[in-house]
Amino acid sequence: MELTAIAVISIFTLSIFVGFEVVSKVSSTLHTPLMSGANAIHGVILVGAIIVCSHASTTLELSLSIAAIILATINMIGGFVVTDRMLEMFKGKKGAEK
Amino acid sequence: MSDFVYDLIGLAAGVLFILALKGLSHPRTARRGNLLGALGAGIATVVVFFHGEIENLGWILGAIAVGTIIGVPAARRVQMTQMPQLVALFNGVGGGAAALVAIVEYLNLGDKATTAVVIFTVFTVVVGCVSFSGSIVTFLKLQELMTTRPVVFPGGRFVIAATLAAVLGSSAWVVIELGTTPLLVVAGLSLAFGILFVLPVGGADVPIVISLLNAFTGLTVAASGYVLNSTLLIIAGTLVGASGTILTRMMAEAMGRSLFGTLFGAFTAKPQDTSGAVEDRPVRSGSADDVAILLNYARRVVIVPGFGLAVAQAQHTVRELADLMISKGIDVAYGIHPVAGRMPGHMNVLLAEANIPYDQLVEMEEVNPTFGQTDVAIVIGANDVVNPAAQTSPGCPIYGMPILEVSNAANVIFLKRSMRPGFAGIENELLYDPKTMLLFGDAKASLTKVVSALKAL
Repeated sequence: MELTAIAVISIFTLSIFVGFEVVSKVSSTLHTPLMSGANAIHGVILVGAIIVCSHASTTLELSLSIAAIILATINMIGGFVVTDRMLEMFKGKKGAEK
Repeated sequence: MSDFVYDLIGLAAGVLFILALKGLSHPRTARRGNLLGALGAGIATVVVFFHGEIENLGWILGAIAVGTIIGVPAARRVQMTQMPQLVALFNGVGGGAAALVAIVEYLNLGDKATTAVVIFTVFTVVVGCVSFSGSIVTFLKLQELMTTRPVVFPGGRFVIAATLAAVLGSSAWVVIELGTTPLLVVAGLSLAFGILFVLPVGGADVPIVISLLNAFTGLTVAASGYVLNSTLLIIAGTLVGASGTILTRMMAEAMGRSLFGTLFGAFTAKPQDTSGAVEDRPVRSGSADDVAILLNYARRVVIVPGFGLAVAQAQHTVRELADLMISKGIDVAYGIHPVAGRMPGHMNVLLAEANIPYDQLVEMEEVNPTFGQTDVAIVIGANDVVNPAAQTSPGCPIYGMPILEVSNAANVIFLKRSMRPGFAGIENELLYDPKTMLLFGDAKASLTKVVSALKAL
């Protein structure tokens, strides 16, 4: 369905406040993993890349959108994997505390 | 699948992203948070195949496979020390993807694009390209493939201002005239601006810029969500944009930097000589035995680990030394600067990898008042985070950054490879202090020698 202007503005504004709120108090220990996790989330542009590729009609559009899919996949999957590796270290720490 | 169901699933993915960010904010829930985020992204990617007509399916699946084959091994194999630059690279390719998506959609829409869509397209292309080329430069800086010092050239600020004006001018051109060529001009100029924007940023400020570019990429994803009429992309992009902005500010605060100063350093930085006339002064260097004797008679020792420790892969050796000292009844703590390593929290990750007990890691605010009662501070492969210039010489690039006040300890030992200054490229006065002893060499080799010398005592 087509989004109305007011719907877009509402979604945008409310998302800003949620974004501010969820990360308002984070210890500096978690800054790097949090940044990396947020980085992986914007890899969801992959969805956009798939949409434009699915209706690409010229060779130029097709090749550019294939490049976009490759880049977005690297961003998304690589991002979540590397964040998980970082956080794995924190789990090891709990074991050491015993 | 109907539009309604599709959008509902998109909303569920958006909620998972919110829970992911919330989880990532607390140590206990961080890992689960990341997995929830991955789940949300996975769901969003799968359902798009069941909505609307999908042509070029083979190409799409092939491209995803290629991206996976590149991304997963890169993320799996990267050394923990090199992780910040990998995050920078991932962020850059995300920005590049968003810019490409906007360009393709623009080509596809042709005359059908409304003015609002064109404006959002141009925004996505500009910011996505800046994020892409800027991130590549931060990658090169962190990987030390180029100088880590601020790159400033005469008239640089005018070049940057002119490029920015050209980006804005050509953006207006696209909105008024439409057409593919103007959009490509905008893309090219934005790529150039991204490079110029990051070049003058000094090594110590690079993490802040990565975080900022991360927020930028989030906003481009939100803008492309408007172009593609996708609620999910608007939600996800805005969330990352907003939380990324807050995170950037928190990082800047942890480092005692002003965000404004970092961003507009390009307009204020002047070429400066960073070395001064101090290079010929004598330093006191010692042997591993000298260090061991100092440690043997100490009651309290604070270890200050830096990036050099991680590069030398000496985390396990330093733990061995700490355990040995503890067995001799010496009080041992690690003083962790918030930005030790290359990014806030990076050092905690690196030390956790070596199973160093969490309760021995003391944060800066807590460890600073104890240096007065500390007999020996051992600085291993760190420099900028203990440099008194941050407190004493206004005008130096790290001025104002809170430091570990090791100079208050009775003795300071530096384990260094050479007299080369740290990542920020600033001379450290403390190296010439009479109570400082330097032990030159690879951190791991030096520590091993100290351990065996201490055992022999």
